[in-house]
Amino acid sequence: MAAQDSERAPAPQTSFFNDPVIRGRIYQLIVALVVLVFFWFIAQNTAENLARQNKTTGFDFFFATSGFDIFFTLIPYSRASEYWQAFVVGLLNTLLVSLLGIIFATIWGFILGIARLSSNWIISRLAVVYIETLRNIPLLLQLFFWYFAVLKAMPSVKQSFIFFGEFALNNRGLNIPRPVFDDKFFLVVIAIVVAIAGGIVLAKWARKRLEATGQRFPTLITSLAVLIVLPAIVWLISGTNVGLDVPKLAGFNFKGGISLPPEFVALLVGLILYTSTFIAEIVRSGIQAVSHGQTEAAAALGLKEGDRLRLVVIPQAMRVIIPPLTSQYLNLTKNSSLAAAIGYPELVSVFMGTTLNQTGRAIEVVFVTMMVYLTLSLLTSAFMNWYNARVALVER
Amino acid sequence: MVVQSFNYVRTEMEAEAPAPGTSVGFVGWMRKNLFSTPGNSLLTVLGVLLLVWAVPPLYNFLIGKAVFIAENGETCRVEGAGACWAFIWARINFFIYGFYPMEEQWRVNICFVLGIILIVPLLWLDLPGKVLNAILFFVIYPIVAFILLNGGIFGLQSVPTENWGGLTVTLIIGITGIVVSLPIGIVLALGRQSNLPVIKTLSIMFIELWRAVPLITVLFMASVMLPLFVPTGMTVDKLLRALVGVSLFSAAYLAEVVRGGLQALPRGQYEAASAMGLNYWKSMLLIILPQALKHVIPGIVNSFIALFKDTSLVSIVGIFDLLQTVQSSSSDLKWAGPHQAITGYIFAAMVFWIFCFSMSRYSIFTERRLDTGHKR
Repeated sequence: MAAQDSERAPAPQTSFFNDPVIRGRIYQLIVALVVLVFFWFIAQNTAENLARQNKTTGFDFFFATSGFDIFFTLIPYSRASEYWQAFVVGLLNTLLVSLLGIIFATIWGFILGIARLSSNWIISRLAVVYIETLRNIPLLLQLFFWYFAVLKAMPSVKQSFIFFGEFALNNRGLNIPRPVFDDKFFLVVIAIVVAIAGGIVLAKWARKRLEATGQRFPTLITSLAVLIVLPAIVWLISGTNVGLDVPKLAGFNFKGGISLPPEFVALLVGLILYTSTFIAEIVRSGIQAVSHGQTEAAAALGLKEGDRLRLVVIPQAMRVIIPPLTSQYLNLTKNSSLAAAIGYPELVSVFMGTTLNQTGRAIEVVFVTMMVYLTLSLLTSAFMNWYNARVALVER
Repeated sequence: MVVQSFNYVRTEMEAEAPAPGTSVGFVGWMRKNLFSTPGNSLLTVLGVLLLVWAVPPLYNFLIGKAVFIAENGETCRVEGAGACWAFIWARINFFIYGFYPMEEQWRVNICFVLGIILIVPLLWLDLPGKVLNAILFFVIYPIVAFILLNGGIFGLQSVPTENWGGLTVTLIIGITGIVVSLPIGIVLALGRQSNLPVIKTLSIMFIELWRAVPLITVLFMASVMLPLFVPTGMTVDKLLRALVGVSLFSAAYLAEVVRGGLQALPRGQYEAASAMGLNYWKSMLLIILPQALKHVIPGIVNSFIALFKDTSLVSIVGIFDLLQTVQSSSSDLKWAGPHQAITGYIFAAMVFWIFCFSMSRYSIFTERRLDTGHKR
């Protein structure tokens, strides 16, 4: 280890090689050289192999016509589009499934985590069985199960399962109704925005008043009421019509509504069910990490049951929950790449699969894909560090 | 007022009355755990309804109406039949050995038996001779197993890795991943803690890059880019490519787990080690790592569980692991039937589940056993 006390009298003269500082430098030099030689060796081999296979390199392929179709896109895309558009389609599909997965997995995971801690024996046992079963089975296997064994085995279009009146499930996927807004609906949206802004202002004011006078104001209920009542009034006065575009059986397939392909449904269901087990365990350990003394102390201060949870237990539990929760979100995003195995067109499947096969630019494609995931990961950890710094325990 | 005096004083204790019948025994347990509040009672009813709704069909599918013995898919195609276990039984050889030649399968069996003989005493915490055992398992066993499986010397028939498959390959990738990634992970963790800037930066870059990307991109990279990296004319075995990818990927995760253990050690341990005059490697090997690794055994086992589950991903780059053998058998026409695929998946899920669940139980057990700290 390097010497830290350079202030003191010079250390007794030792032989050149035994000086930790010099030795450290030599070691680092050796390691750096080895790494450099290794990369030079790889670069050399790669260049030679590429030259031998008559392959060109460069990112110009991004602007070539892709020539392949993607059946599920969020932006306009066709066979005549260019590779960069295919890349964007894949990226957006990854983000879409990750975002939806994160939202639902969080909700379901919190329910499961709390159920596992429930004082009700049956409920907590059920939660344990669910969690221990699904978290110990590989996600890829679960995706195969949902895709090949469940969704592909669904009845044909004519015999679709219809549930909640308007949802149709068949072997071509899930058809859900789509709300249709007329041109006056923007007034309602404005009302919602105003209500949310009002809620924030109200919360700030209530907090100030609480700190100044100790009087409390039922912020949550009031702002919820405003959030419901204001848009409702605007809706009624403006006479906005919101219709539902309902999927209807027309000929050989359902028309109207939103049609979700089975690949998407299988991936989303698999990701949610799998990730929620991990989130449930995180939530459980977070709640258990808050010692019972905290609850008792809060009770001794005269806080009501709800306030004890809201003001004492949950803020402390969140401090334990958030960091691993963020890494689960990252895992979910990375795991969405398993869609390549069931054919949902996300980044890896569109870009590392089809694009790589067609262009043969292995190095560029792999590099870009890895950079995308690296960026997502770095952004998430930047956010996590910021959040951690905010909620970290302030010690004297 | 007349003060009355009672000269009745009890001299012996009244015998303890039994607790009310509603608070002890089964009834008491039910009142406490199932019906303590109206809300809880409602949850109990819902839970029981869920069980009544789900368990009988599941039982019927898996056991009650399942087909255990059949010559071909005929019996499984009968209306109302459950899982087709006969299909699994007929293909079990393929699921375990893949395309490994039938007459050479004793070699795989010897590997299994040797592995079990070596791993049981390693996991049995009370048995002595852990160092010898570890050397046997982590160094000698992989070499012996490779020679046995691959053949080509000692008069053994050569079996190329393309023929390996099924559970064998899943276990090979899992065990190799564990054996290779643990030392690399420890070195990376030490590198990240080092105060030599070059080594620290390189370690951080390696760990963060590998942790940021999904395993499937690593496997793709290994399968399309490794052949480009090696000198012209040299080919890299397909299985080896996957092994390199899985091991490096897992090493990055292990490095972070081990770093947690290193950071959890109080500074005094490091200072005490240098005060004893130990050099860096001695102080790490004798003082720091034994304590740090003990702290993070659960984390290490969790990484191993994740690694074992991740081995299923190699099926995407065309290696016949357990999942891929099941997947490819599910279109076997001889056994075609409505529950063919689902039975296969349930079988594979059970195999993975048994391995992962026992690992997680073992991790909990060691955590309790090795918890020599202060437990309140």
